[in-house]
Amino acid sequence: MRIYVCVKQVPDTSGKVAVNEDGTLNRASMMTIINPDDMSAMEQALQIKDKTGCQVTAVTMGPPQAESMLRELMAMGADDSVLISSREFGGSDTYATSQIIAGALHHLGIGEDDLILCGRQAIDGDTAQVGPQIAEKLDIPQITYGEQLELLGKTVRGKRLLEDGYMTIEAELPCLVTCVKEMNTPRYLTVKGILKSYEKPIQVLDYNALKEEPLIDPDTIGLKGSPTNIFRSFTPPRKEQGRMLSGSGREAVRELISELTASHVIG
Amino acid sequence: MILSEKYQLMRRNFRNFAETEFTTEIQEQLDREGGFNWDLHHKMADYGFMGVKLPEEYGGQGGDTLAYVLMVEEFARVCPVLAIYANTPNSLGSGPLLTCGTEEQKKTYIPLIASGEKKLVFALTEPGAGSDAGGTLTTADADGDFYILNGRKCFISGAPVADYAVVYAKTNRELKGSKGISMFIVDMKLPGVSVGKPESKMGISGYPTSDIILEDVRVHKSQLLGPLDRGFSTALKTLDGGRLGVAAQALGIAQCCLEESVKYAKERKQFGRPIAKNQGISFMLAEMATEIEAARELIYNTAVAKDAGAKDAPMKCSMCKYFASEMANRVAYKAVQIHGGYGYIKDYKVERMYRDARITTLYEGTTQVQQMVIAGNLLK
Repeated sequence: MRIYVCVKQVPDTSGKVAVNEDGTLNRASMMTIINPDDMSAMEQALQIKDKTGCQVTAVTMGPPQAESMLRELMAMGADDSVLISSREFGGSDTYATSQIIAGALHHLGIGEDDLILCGRQAIDGDTAQVGPQIAEKLDIPQITYGEQLELLGKTVRGKRLLEDGYMTIEAELPCLVTCVKEMNTPRYLTVKGILKSYEKPIQVLDYNALKEEPLIDPDTIGLKGSPTNIFRSFTPPRKEQGRMLSGSGREAVRELISELTASHVIG
Repeated sequence: MILSEKYQLMRRNFRNFAETEFTTEIQEQLDREGGFNWDLHHKMADYGFMGVKLPEEYGGQGGDTLAYVLMVEEFARVCPVLAIYANTPNSLGSGPLLTCGTEEQKKTYIPLIASGEKKLVFALTEPGAGSDAGGTLTTADADGDFYILNGRKCFISGAPVADYAVVYAKTNRELKGSKGISMFIVDMKLPGVSVGKPESKMGISGYPTSDIILEDVRVHKSQLLGPLDRGFSTALKTLDGGRLGVAAQALGIAQCCLEESVKYAKERKQFGRPIAKNQGISFMLAEMATEIEAARELIYNTAVAKDAGAKDAPMKCSMCKYFASEMANRVAYKAVQIHGGYGYIKDYKVERMYRDARITTLYEGTTQVQQMVIAGNLLK
């Protein structure tokens, strides 16, 4: 059994957001992190690996700088990783991206008991479209918004976290599951893991390696081939977040006074 | 020093761990009530932090000294006392064994220390001896296959929670000064071993320190560590690494003081503007940051020099401890000064950092002892 975990390097939203003239994000000039939901997908894969000893492969599409993220995921415990990177792929929207990733996964080979895990959505685009589209392109079942996952031989049972409750569904392997961050708490790294991650392989797949893939249509990839056109990108004004004080009226007032004193509003 | 991606990742991981796990509640409770937080000890052990720079063959993580100082710095930046939890097994706890243990001793004890399963402490200081080993009164008299140990060790960090102690004792009373002293691995459960009441300290509360009392303790000769009668010279080799660890701890404390001060100086308004706009305050911040950066460069550079086996590395370790610990105290003083009256109140972190910083110029050789080591190297 092999688990592919699809991950994305996203801008650290605690920093500044830079936008290119064409409306896409200027990723090179921003600090990056691993998309939080993807970390939960990786943790889930590693928990399965801890039990079964299966192979875990991190897969990403992005610029060469994404290598640092792959090292981090291998330090966490992934066995190997794949970087899908080519000029031809740059500027792809979700339709184009999922097509390329699906093509790459097909190229790598999907066994009958394999699992593909993705994060629910990335914090930059927030579309939640790539995971489901990969499953559609590969023509395999999908379970979205997975909060819990259980392997039952040839099938997988997932608990989907929905706004008004949850839904449990069972699907045949190979299957794609998108994971929510409520699923688990990703583990920390060890120094040994970090040192070993530099000995693990990163396979790079560029356009030439994938151009024969039937799932990839050269006319619908990259910025030019993407059906989505960005009209404008902007940073919305930040809303000041309030804080609710709980407890009895007396306690709440005491806390309010201590807050106001601490911020030197009164005192 | 420009850290490579590998070390940047290590730093980020240590910081992430400390900022997430060392909660304010835990820190305040340890400061108020002392004791020892076993949960965090186990959690650090689970991630291999107890053996960051111990060799893989003995159950360690196989990291180098730079990885170790990054860990101690990042942990101390959030909580100086919790940094000691992971620091001790990497330095004084395993140092004597690594330096002069037999293969069997290394294989028996180091994996237990690296995994955090057992704790080993370093028992050198006595009421009348410390940097001056000549005053050692603890004795070890041969008796068949055993040595009989008698004496009292004091200020032993971690003694109340220790499983083993490396005890320095006089094995040859004819020899004077630091000669005639040997090291023994003493199981704290042996009959005749007891610990005193934990000391009530100014800072680093939450890692108990006490006396170890030895009364006719029978220690098997296989527990003799290193050469007979020449234990102290071996001890000196171990102290280098420990000193670098204390320097990294001081660096972390200073970094926290700077960050808290920058934040406060921007928030606190007097005379209608943030106090950071006053040159008297901003120049203090500039001094703090510059001294911290100087200490950081010295420490990282020494860590690399030590692993490369540089001849002057032991002296540089003393320089690190001397400079970084004194620097941390200057920085903590300024941090409290910038906070004004609030810096004297326990609600503000710099109050505790000011007290925690104080130990760094004292333990594992005072500033003056470091100066003696440095001067000794220059004048030999």
